[in-house]
Amino acid sequence: MIENETFETSYARLEVILEKMNSGKVALDESLKLYEEADRLISSCTKRLNDAEQKIEILMKQRNGDLALNESGQPQTENFATQKRSL
Amino acid sequence: MQPILTVTELTLSIKNHLESKFPSIVLKGEISNFKEQTSGHLYFTLKDAESQISCVLFKGNTKNLARRPKDGDQVTLKAELTVYPPRGSYQLLVKEMQYSGVGELLLKLHELKNTLQARGWLSPSLKKPLPKFPKRIGIVTSATGAVIQDIINVLSRRFHGLEIVLNPVKVQGEGAAEEIAKAIYQFNQHKLCDVLIVGRGGGSLEDLWPFNEEIVAKAIFESHIPVISAVGHETDFSISDLVADIRAPTPSAAAELVIGEKSHYLKQLELCRQRVLHTILGSIKQYKHRLDSHKKQPYFTNPSFLLSKYALLIDDAEERLREVMTRTLTQRKLQLFGLQKQAAALKPTLQIQSLKARLQQIDKSLQATFLTQLGRKKEHLARLIPHLKSIDPKNLIAKGYCILFPEKENSAILSIKDLHLNSSIRLLLNGGVAKATIGEIVHD
Repeated sequence: MIENETFETSYARLEVILEKMNSGKVALDESLKLYEEADRLISSCTKRLNDAEQKIEILMKQRNGDLALNESGQPQTENFATQKRSL
Repeated sequence: MQPILTVTELTLSIKNHLESKFPSIVLKGEISNFKEQTSGHLYFTLKDAESQISCVLFKGNTKNLARRPKDGDQVTLKAELTVYPPRGSYQLLVKEMQYSGVGELLLKLHELKNTLQARGWLSPSLKKPLPKFPKRIGIVTSATGAVIQDIINVLSRRFHGLEIVLNPVKVQGEGAAEEIAKAIYQFNQHKLCDVLIVGRGGGSLEDLWPFNEEIVAKAIFESHIPVISAVGHETDFSISDLVADIRAPTPSAAAELVIGEKSHYLKQLELCRQRVLHTILGSIKQYKHRLDSHKKQPYFTNPSFLLSKYALLIDDAEERLREVMTRTLTQRKLQLFGLQKQAAALKPTLQIQSLKARLQQIDKSLQATFLTQLGRKKEHLARLIPHLKSIDPKNLIAKGYCILFPEKENSAILSIKDLHLNSSIRLLLNGGVAKATIGEIVHD
């Protein structure tokens, strides 16, 4: 899968491949190629779905309930697990 | 004439009319004549200053009661009207009962619902779809308690790749609604997530009340981020449920909803993997099978099969060749035989024989011819003899003629030229020979 392809286009391509392969009209050589492509697509799609780091954060707040912001104006967070231990 | 009804007919008609007219009622009043039967069903009368109505609360609906009712309790009921024909009485079948204060809340809840509905906030067309593949999930709930843990458990169990951002809020009591609303705004303001879960665990109507406040409804309604409301509750609904894009019965269910699409796709991808594998293996198997069956073809198992066609051709050709040869040979033999015959016929001995034969024939015919000729000649001669005799010189001599001969020769003198003067000649005359001498020669 090319980087800028969306999950949807990859998935759609996957469905096309499946249909083709199941049609039984494809020569063995081509179906092997299709299989390789499908395998790649499945792996990259799966990776894309799982492609982020697990993070559990809690927003830091001031007394008045406003969010604590850093210098660039972004809300500050801390790791939720850490916060839990401190409780 | 007016039709005459039976009591039952009238009662059933009343029952139908009343029950369909009041299928669901919320009303408040004071409990009196409270009685609990051994069956566990509760019977009482609800009254206000001027009226009263019989009520029954079946055992099945009593388990949500905070405590046993008693006479004098101010309550709010949710009930339906039923008519009991054997007694000709009507009564309320109570579904839910809240004690004083709570009754007010329930009324408020229904009022707010109606208000929001009137504003169009509950319109299904306004519901935003959940993102298919959320990366960041915002949660508005208490930092303590089971809810956030449940959500984290569900999300972590299924995926490793999710960011969870908790905005910790009070979920009950004074100021909770404001905090919840503010948290929703904060998520929107800083675009902190793709989808928002707003919720808390189960509790009494009072406990859940913040989620029924208009300020929370407004925050949810105005949120650009899709909101899932997850409030565990005993009532049919909370206001937040109604305004949210999706409601979930529990916070865990909300978490499942968030990742539903994603896990659906993961499942699909896994299914895809199995299917393509199955297809390709099937296809390979099929080809292998075909190959095997090809291998079993006589051409491969028995190569001579491949040649048999040609072998047949060769056999056939050989056969024909043999026939031709035989025929030719026979012909040639016959020819040879003929030639031999001819040759035999041309053998010199035979030729000689035949020539001899011919010669004999010719000889014979010659002889025959000769004899014939001879005969003829003889005949001719015979015919000549008299003639010759007639011209015989002796006969002439007899007739007076004489023949002159030289003295010493026997050939007759035929011409005067052969005579010389004084030469002696002999004269053959009839009756003898006389000698004479030539005295004179006179030529003509």
